[in-house]
Amino acid sequence: MEVLRSQRKTAESNDVVSSLPLYRSAPALEVRLEDFELYAIDRLRVLKGISDGLSRGKKPDEMEKLVDNLWRLHMRHPHSSEDRNKDIISHFVLRLVYCRTEELRRWFLSTETSLFRYRFRLQTIESQRTLMSEFNLPYKTVSNSEFENVKEKINQVARSIGQSPSSADSIFYKVPFEEVPDLVASRRVYILKGQAYVAMSQLVSLVVTQFRTLLSKALVLTNRKWTSMIREQEKDRLTPLVESLSSSYLGPDYSQPSDFAEISLKDIDQVAQSSFPLCMRHLFEKLREDHHLKHGGRMQLGLFLKGVGLKLDDALAFWKAEFSRKVGAERFDKEYAYGIRHNYGKEGKRTDYTPYSCQKIISSVPSVGDHHGCPYRHFSEENLRAALGRMGVSNRALEDVIDRVRNKHYQLACTLTFEAVHNTSCDAGINHPNQYFSDSKRILESKNPSNPA
Amino acid sequence: MAGVEVENGRDDMVIDGCENGQQPKPMQNIVAFDGVNVNYLKLYYGKFFPHADMFKWMSYGNDGKHPGCDHSYFGRREFSFTLDNDIYLRFQSFSGLSEFENAIREKCPFKIDIGPVYNVDPAKRHAYAQSGDNVFTPAERELVFDIDISDYDDVRYCCSGADVCLECWPLMTVAIKVIDSALRDDFGFNHILWVYSGRRGVHCWVCDGKARRLNNEQRSAIADYFRVYKGNENSHKKVSLTGQALHPFLVRAYNDVLKTAFEEKLLLSQNLLSHEERYETILRMIPDESLTSELRAKWGDNRRSKDINTVRWQQLKQLLQSGRQKFQGLRRCVEEIVFSFTYPRIDMEVSRHMNHLLKAPFCIHPKTGRVCVPIDPKNCEEFDPLAVPTLSKLLEELNVESPQSRGHNDWDRTSLGDSVRFFQSSFLQPLLKSCKEEIESSYGAKLQESKNSMSW
Ligand code: SF4
Ligand SMILES: [Zn+2]
Repeated sequence: MEVLRSQRKTAESNDVVSSLPLYRSAPALEVRLEDFELYAIDRLRVLKGISDGLSRGKKPDEMEKLVDNLWRLHMRHPHSSEDRNKDIISHFVLRLVYCRTEELRRWFLSTETSLFRYRFRLQTIESQRTLMSEFNLPYKTVSNSEFENVKEKINQVARSIGQSPSSADSIFYKVPFEEVPDLVASRRVYILKGQAYVAMSQLVSLVVTQFRTLLSKALVLTNRKWTSMIREQEKDRLTPLVESLSSSYLGPDYSQPSDFAEISLKDIDQVAQSSFPLCMRHLFEKLREDHHLKHGGRMQLGLFLKGVGLKLDDALAFWKAEFSRKVGAERFDKEYAYGIRHNYGKEGKRTDYTPYSCQKIISSVPSVGDHHGCPYRHFSEENLRAALGRMGVSNRALEDVIDRVRNKHYQLACTLTFEAVHNTSCDAGINHPNQYFSDSKRILESKNPSNPA
Repeated sequence: MAGVEVENGRDDMVIDGCENGQQPKPMQNIVAFDGVNVNYLKLYYGKFFPHADMFKWMSYGNDGKHPGCDHSYFGRREFSFTLDNDIYLRFQSFSGLSEFENAIREKCPFKIDIGPVYNVDPAKRHAYAQSGDNVFTPAERELVFDIDISDYDDVRYCCSGADVCLECWPLMTVAIKVIDSALRDDFGFNHILWVYSGRRGVHCWVCDGKARRLNNEQRSAIADYFRVYKGNENSHKKVSLTGQALHPFLVRAYNDVLKTAFEEKLLLSQNLLSHEERYETILRMIPDESLTSELRAKWGDNRRSKDINTVRWQQLKQLLQSGRQKFQGLRRCVEEIVFSFTYPRIDMEVSRHMNHLLKAPFCIHPKTGRVCVPIDPKNCEEFDPLAVPTLSKLLEELNVESPQSRGHNDWDRTSLGDSVRFFQSSFLQPLLKSCKEEIESSYGAKLQESKNSMSW
């Protein structure tokens, strides 16, 4: 009886169009190349936010909020009728971007699945039912007579997770336990001979597994198509775009200093102490100590300083003061000044060089005598501990940071350091040393408004 | 390969050498050695180790004549050998029984570990790694569990670390019963092998096709289903049972196994309430001051009665379950105590990943010299780890029985005989029967499919 009713309801609600697409087939839409890229970048911001949230161990309801916010922030199209198109197009573009290696596929699969999970939870019941029927789930509902047999156990499970016993008209599905691993892991279902009894209200887990399976298969297919034809066919149009997207840095480029960031030579030491991320602090201290930095270090620190608003003249004075103590003023003018002006776009091709993002710094490969790179990645644990200690990171926070480092989450480690040093949370995470700097300045100034920089 | 964990570092292998550097004469001063000697190990692999049965098991029916058999199956399995001098050979693979048997006899490993079946022959993994797309991955692996009595040190007083005795072994019996019945009744698995690890614990191999094909997430889900301990090695292990009721699985474990084991065995054998420092451990688990001081007052007089543990346990239960207490938190207290002292403690990491290696059954434990024999879960109460044959004992039996060796079935006449027979009849035969059926039916389905695809 319950089954009948549920089918009728589904049938009635077939006209409810869910706002959550299943991305079954690629859209037959004309897309302008710019939109292609812009949409993809917007979706990528959402996915990066999700993977950040997950690795910070956010709880399900926090994740739900996060996903809702990220989606509103990045995926709304000015014309709301276009929302769905943007959603679908961006998904398919990223599918292309992330189908190409096992590692990329794994990341995309898990973040897209999380995105789907939380978006699904945010749907209305009707829309959830519609999606459910779109999946054509092959599971049998539990018949009345069978339900009587297991009712007691099912209610026991309900009480064990703090829910009221299921009412007579609740619908249960019998599902192989492998397909609802999260419900099994948390003992939220009754399991008998390999079959889990899953309540209608627990179907998120079912649908999500289904979604994941479909997407996983689709990614393998896309990869095949990509290597066998698309890459070649699109080599002048899409291919370069696809290849650059997977490693793109998504934040602002910081090549123009922000308002907060005006600094002058006289307080550079104090500012370095209070607001430089560890990578820059280290370079700064080494420069003061050795009166020299190798090329990689000069680039990383030099562009950063440009980004925080050190004027060209000040920059020249700053580097000269240090270098001339080691190599003499004359050699500095001859050999090094050019590079600094170059950074500021005053020499050579006259392009304005952009300060390095964390991603770029983290993937650099410093060798002997180099001091650039990201300390979280490139320092030994011992040195990192000492450096963090000097920054005033307390014991407990320090262990957290080290923990992230061990798991290779360098930017998170840096974020936790930021949080410990400033004693506030930094939900956006650290993606760029200049962002670290400007966030730090903002916080310090709001704490100490009587003393504006 | 990165990210592969290896079960080692636990039983560091010290191998007793020969006295005065002499080659020992086989069959003579055997009893003088309680470690493992290479020469005896050679004899063991020559006369006792059931190579053919191990091969049949690891082939899962794919060594047959049926056209549905996958003849590459056994060859894609990783074995790893620990040799003398701690040399560790990973990614060993063998094309068939004779290669497998010869390698073991020749290399004479102190320990054989079994890894997953990979998608390609693990010995050729480098060739595939060139293609860049990580194609060398585990394809199948038994669902395995590793339970180690040294993880119970806070609830046993008779031994600690690697030691075990008959007083604390019931903890392992409890683990076998609880896990085994859930694997069968809840998860629907049928082909389950329990093995004594040779020293301080048990291993479990779930071999159903469905179990072998589980991915890591699903393996973790099962391991988590079994987990009631919160906290980790550094913090205090703690059972906390919340909610208005217990999950049916936990109820069954409690009613069928834990309660009796606690009240009839461990309470007494471990003297859990007999003197102050022990009962304080238990009182600390009751979050209500007035109740604990009431019990303390009752127990203060050191009246020695024979079953003082039982008397005190009854008093504790009566007080906690009298209905006098109004605190929700106390409802589960009695159960929490019983769970803390008896519930299985699984090494989660071993179960979670397909590529975790686990020691093969019928190995000789390098420290104790005992054979890693199968345990019958139906009669696991009767299993006595201290009565498990050692290598020296086997060789001695063989010697007494008949000084000349008589080919392959030497185990038959020794105390290893029952173990091998049990392995064959209770585990291997039913397993192979169902493998055969599975191969036939999936071959049939494939034929059907190709017929259908021809018919359009
Ligand atoms: S995470 Fe970024 S800002 Fe922080 S130290 Fe590394 S590179 Fe610098
Ligand atoms: Zn003991």
